[in-house]
Amino acid sequence: MTTAAESLKPRRGELRPAWEEKPSVLGRLGKGTILTLVVLAVLVPLWVVVVTSLSSTETINRAGGYVFLPREFNASAYVVIFSGGQVTDAVLVSTLVTVIGTALSLSVTVLAAYGLSRTGSLGHRPILFYFLLTFLIYPGMIPSYLVVTGLGLKDNLLALVLPAAVSAFNLVVLRAFFMSIPAELLDSARIDGAGEWRILLRIVLPLSRAVTAVVGLFYAVGYWNTFFNAVLYIDRNDLQPVQRVLQQFILAGQVPTNAGAGAVVHLPGIGYTAPPNLAIKMAVVVVTVVPALIVYPFVQRHFTKGVIVGAVKG
Amino acid sequence: MSFGARLRRDWPLILMCVPAMLLLAVFHYLPALGNVIAFQDYNPFAGDSPLQAFLSSEWIGFGNFQYLFETPAFWESVRNTLGITAFQLVFYFPIPIMLAMLLNSILSPRIRSFVQSVVYLPHFFSWVLVVSLFQMMLGGAGLVAQTARDAGFTAPDFMTDPDTFYFLITSQALWKDAGWGMIVFLAALAAIDPSLYEAAAADGAGRWRRLWHITLPGLRPVIVLLLILRLGDALNVGFEQFYLQREAVGRDAAEVLDTYVYYQGIGVQQWGVGAAAGLFKALVGLLLILGANKVAHRLGEQGIYSKS
Repeated sequence: MTTAAESLKPRRGELRPAWEEKPSVLGRLGKGTILTLVVLAVLVPLWVVVVTSLSSTETINRAGGYVFLPREFNASAYVVIFSGGQVTDAVLVSTLVTVIGTALSLSVTVLAAYGLSRTGSLGHRPILFYFLLTFLIYPGMIPSYLVVTGLGLKDNLLALVLPAAVSAFNLVVLRAFFMSIPAELLDSARIDGAGEWRILLRIVLPLSRAVTAVVGLFYAVGYWNTFFNAVLYIDRNDLQPVQRVLQQFILAGQVPTNAGAGAVVHLPGIGYTAPPNLAIKMAVVVVTVVPALIVYPFVQRHFTKGVIVGAVKG
Repeated sequence: MSFGARLRRDWPLILMCVPAMLLLAVFHYLPALGNVIAFQDYNPFAGDSPLQAFLSSEWIGFGNFQYLFETPAFWESVRNTLGITAFQLVFYFPIPIMLAMLLNSILSPRIRSFVQSVVYLPHFFSWVLVVSLFQMMLGGAGLVAQTARDAGFTAPDFMTDPDTFYFLITSQALWKDAGWGMIVFLAALAAIDPSLYEAAAADGAGRWRRLWHITLPGLRPVIVLLLILRLGDALNVGFEQFYLQREAVGRDAAEVLDTYVYYQGIGVQQWGVGAAAGLFKALVGLLLILGANKVAHRLGEQGIYSKS
């Protein structure tokens, strides 16, 4: 016979806390089904897109469109979109905007977050209020348009960077983390004669690499996904970012210019192939996703820390 | 400490804030002030620069607002916006909570982190990509239609049907952000003291009673907080998703306040009217969030800012 107290002791080799009974078979089946469906809902579309982008005309025709099971590896669609033309331009534009924008945003935000990380400092309250007020006061689309165009930024890539450069949310996340660094550490550095700049660069930043990486990812994703500001401010074709090109090809149904349907490409070892329209479109989709997929695994494990710190303390 | 001494000590910190403050001054607060053109018959050609045009444009008081309030298309966009918010409150809001509770009940850390990695991912995709993927899956020439055709059926084209538009946009929003929305609930679940469960179990509470009396109360502050934020954002249903689909689905269903502002202001160049619609949206949004927060305080919850 076991007493209640005994049965509450953790059992060895089990993750389950002792008070938690094992769910019924039906319960487990239900959970498994739901989670599998959720995961498949995310992965299947991506899978179909990637496989189709790597398929030949023949495979695509045989499948009657989208391809589910890969039959071969055919990268000709990628050769086409990267051999110059609109998509190549767009990838360069987006890369440039993302790199410059993220660098600018991150440095400006880190500086301000550190500047505000000491609660007793001069001007701390009004300056923090100045940043937090952006949550309540929206600039408005029309006046923003007039300001940005008034500054002569029409058809200038800075129009994709500067209006989005500072996010108060990211600032709050970083500040909260900076504030959680033990004050004794900073004080001892100060006694050793380090100024604020040195403390920030030598002590605070190295300690907050993970959170800075998450915030950097947030900014980078924002810049890579820039779409609407491009609708507003960029008219020139060669300055369009990838999201605009994606919209034109997939949603508006255009065909990539100067590397479009029927373009014949020479592929070493394969010979001459004409990559099908659909494969090219899918390749454009893949190109817009891939950067996120590459960075994501490195930063993903820090999400919870970064986001929660900001959300809870902000 | 005197002001001078504090300034001598803290000036580097203040200096560090300056670049971010300047950027916000130019690209956030200046446009926010620029909303006063809502009270003007703004004419961009009245001067060489927007500033000059602003100075020489005629003030017309509430004329733009009067025009808006007499325009059925404006009210239609308000109605669509509120309809979408209400719909999403019912069909979107509870999903991340349920998903978080479900995932929290999965004990294997490997499965949990795998599912988390997968469902967070779409949050980082652009709206263009999400809408494109839906188009490719559910559109007239999409995968579902293709499969149905092969099987001898015809599938409806969800991407252009105004009648099912609410379902369409809500499922897109769910696909993109339900996983991400789970994070904050997972954190709240992790913060619940396990000894509460232990004590409840020792007192004979089954799993459903523990869910009801421990888990849900543990989540309550977060749920209330997010509900307030959502209500305060009632007029903010997002812009890109609707801009991208307005053409295909039609204005009757897909025109929301943001797209109305865009097409009035930048589309047909009625700058004053567009700005007025934007200002209306911002002011109502501000009132909503302050009001919702007040209600939360009444209910004894923390809200977004504490009363102090």
